[in-house]
Amino acid sequence: MDGLDARVRWISAGGWVRNSVTTFGALSWSGFRRYSTYRQATIAGAFTNTVFGFLRCYVLLAVVAGAGGSAPGGYRPDQLATFVWVGQGLLTVVALWGWTELSDRIRSGDITADLLRPVHPVIGFLAPDLGRAGHAMLFRFLPPLAVGALFFDLYVPGRPCTIPLFALSILFATVGSLAIRYLVNATAYWLHDARGPMTLWTLSSGVLAGLSFPLRFLPDWLAITLWIATPFPGLLQTPLDVLIERDPPPRQLALVALQAVWATSLLVLAVLVQRRAERRLVAHCG
Amino acid sequence: MSLIQMHNLRKDFTVRVKAGRFRREKRIVPAVNGVNLTFERGEMAGYIGPNGAGKSTTLKMLTGVLTPSSGDVRVCGLQPVPQRTKLALQIGVVFGQRSQLWWDLPLRDSFSLLRHIYRVPADAHAGRLKRCRELLDLDDFMDTPVRQLSLGQRMRGELTAALLHGPSVLFLDEPTIGLDVVSKQAVRSFLAELGQGGDLTLVLTTHDLADIERLCRRLVVIDHGSVVHDGTIEALHARYGSHRRLVVDLDVPLPEGFAVPGAELLSVEADRHRATFELVTTQVGAVVSELTALRDLSVVEPDIEDVVAKLYRA
Ligand SMILES: Nc1ncnc2c1ncn2[C@@H]1O[C@H](COP(=O)(O)OP(=O)(O)OP(=O)(O)O)[C@@H](O)[C@H]1O
Ligand SMILES: [Mg+2]
Repeated sequence: MDGLDARVRWISAGGWVRNSVTTFGALSWSGFRRYSTYRQATIAGAFTNTVFGFLRCYVLLAVVAGAGGSAPGGYRPDQLATFVWVGQGLLTVVALWGWTELSDRIRSGDITADLLRPVHPVIGFLAPDLGRAGHAMLFRFLPPLAVGALFFDLYVPGRPCTIPLFALSILFATVGSLAIRYLVNATAYWLHDARGPMTLWTLSSGVLAGLSFPLRFLPDWLAITLWIATPFPGLLQTPLDVLIERDPPPRQLALVALQAVWATSLLVLAVLVQRRAERRLVAHCG
Repeated sequence: MSLIQMHNLRKDFTVRVKAGRFRREKRIVPAVNGVNLTFERGEMAGYIGPNGAGKSTTLKMLTGVLTPSSGDVRVCGLQPVPQRTKLALQIGVVFGQRSQLWWDLPLRDSFSLLRHIYRVPADAHAGRLKRCRELLDLDDFMDTPVRQLSLGQRMRGELTAALLHGPSVLFLDEPTIGLDVVSKQAVRSFLAELGQGGDLTLVLTTHDLADIERLCRRLVVIDHGSVVHDGTIEALHARYGSHRRLVVDLDVPLPEGFAVPGAELLSVEADRHRATFELVTTQVGAVVSELTALRDLSVVEPDIEDVVAKLYRA
């Protein structure tokens, strides 16, 4: 049985970084692949997002018209239409809702398989989630946006730095969202059932992340508090504001930096929670 | 140094049971109750016991997914829980009722993903995969998503997945559960072939004792969290005084009062034309030479199931 019983061969120390990147990349690609096996769900989802895009867009534009010429929240109509349509796409990219994979695996005991891998579980979920986000960018973000562009006057960013910043902002939003979802799901380690926290998260995140209405509609003091004291605006509102150039470049940059700080802190928190959970872990399996 | 060491290993689970209408009482379940065992490199050991004996709990502590309540564990010189990710590179694990494969991905993709996760050099990976494909007949379903595989096909995939990084220890928790006779045999002969190298250490739990008879020299029996037998299968037979049986068919009825020292007459059937003896201290020849008109005979080896059942009931 040559080959099979050969001991693990240690890789050169210098190749450690390269190997980590390869592993991360392979895991991400697996996330992309897994989502691409569900074509019908993707099509149905993109369709639903588009329908709701029309609804939300008409409602918001009606609000603006009702405001009588003044620009509510400092947005022009084309900026608001862009806010809605890009937001409809981003919603699935950052996967605000409906991710229960971790809590399901905790409940069923399948989490043991994740723990038996030589990869930290947070990385083991983060990397495929980025692949999933990539898949969503292609198949859930672009189609509704294209439809929106056909029917509405959308805002085209003018500054050269906007698009790279927007891309970074999406990345941080996705990482931040995964970290929060991880934390919400991880309550299943203690509660055996993450449905309560999940419902709370679903109800609050739509409003606090700027999906229900742009957070700039709120009084300044409240908006600023939300931005700094909670990670929610960084999940959706920030990338949208960056794209439609709501603020001057320095503040655009500052908002993305704030996202980065939040995403990193949340990931660290997820690692700590995971460690705490493992210490008392009761794996449910025969 | 032994490859696997357990010293006074314990795991107590706290379960809350209803006591009265509103009160809930804490109760401690000692799932593993002071186990001391060592396994050497290259050893193939069966780890058996009745349902709820603590087998899976032990394996979870050995693989680092469950923290012991007290005691010491070392596997490959590592502490399983604190050094879990390091240990993961050196062990292969199959929990029969769990899947380590990716539900949505074809086997082929799962395998190549595992190569990156475990950072296995491409040539080593390809070599091992080729061997597994041949021995386990994977080729027919390499491109089927795991969720569409039958149990037996999936289990062959799981075994392959556990071996692709060339582990030095293999922990298998009921790898043959729910498999048909043919798949069971495929799995057994695969494991037997792996064991031939003498380099792989195997700890196997199962309820099918044929797995053990086929694969394991050493048999550890655990009950209520404690080891009740540790030794060879023969030692177990000797301990429970189980003996071979001789069944004879005769042309004339067995005479009343027939007796041979060292052989116990267990039963007579068919108008005394068939008799069964238990060979306690004597051999077949001693009985046969006393018989007249012998037509046919058969010798039945002691049944491991009977012995183990005695042990479980004790
Ligand atoms: N998560 C848990 N919480 C509470 N008690 C548990 C838990 N897991 C196992 N137990 C208890 O620990 C004991 C040993 O369980 P274990 O799963 O190790 O048995 P086993 O030997 O693998 O049995 P089987 O042959 O049925 O798989 C049982 O009494 C079981 O009820
Ligand atoms: Mg078990």
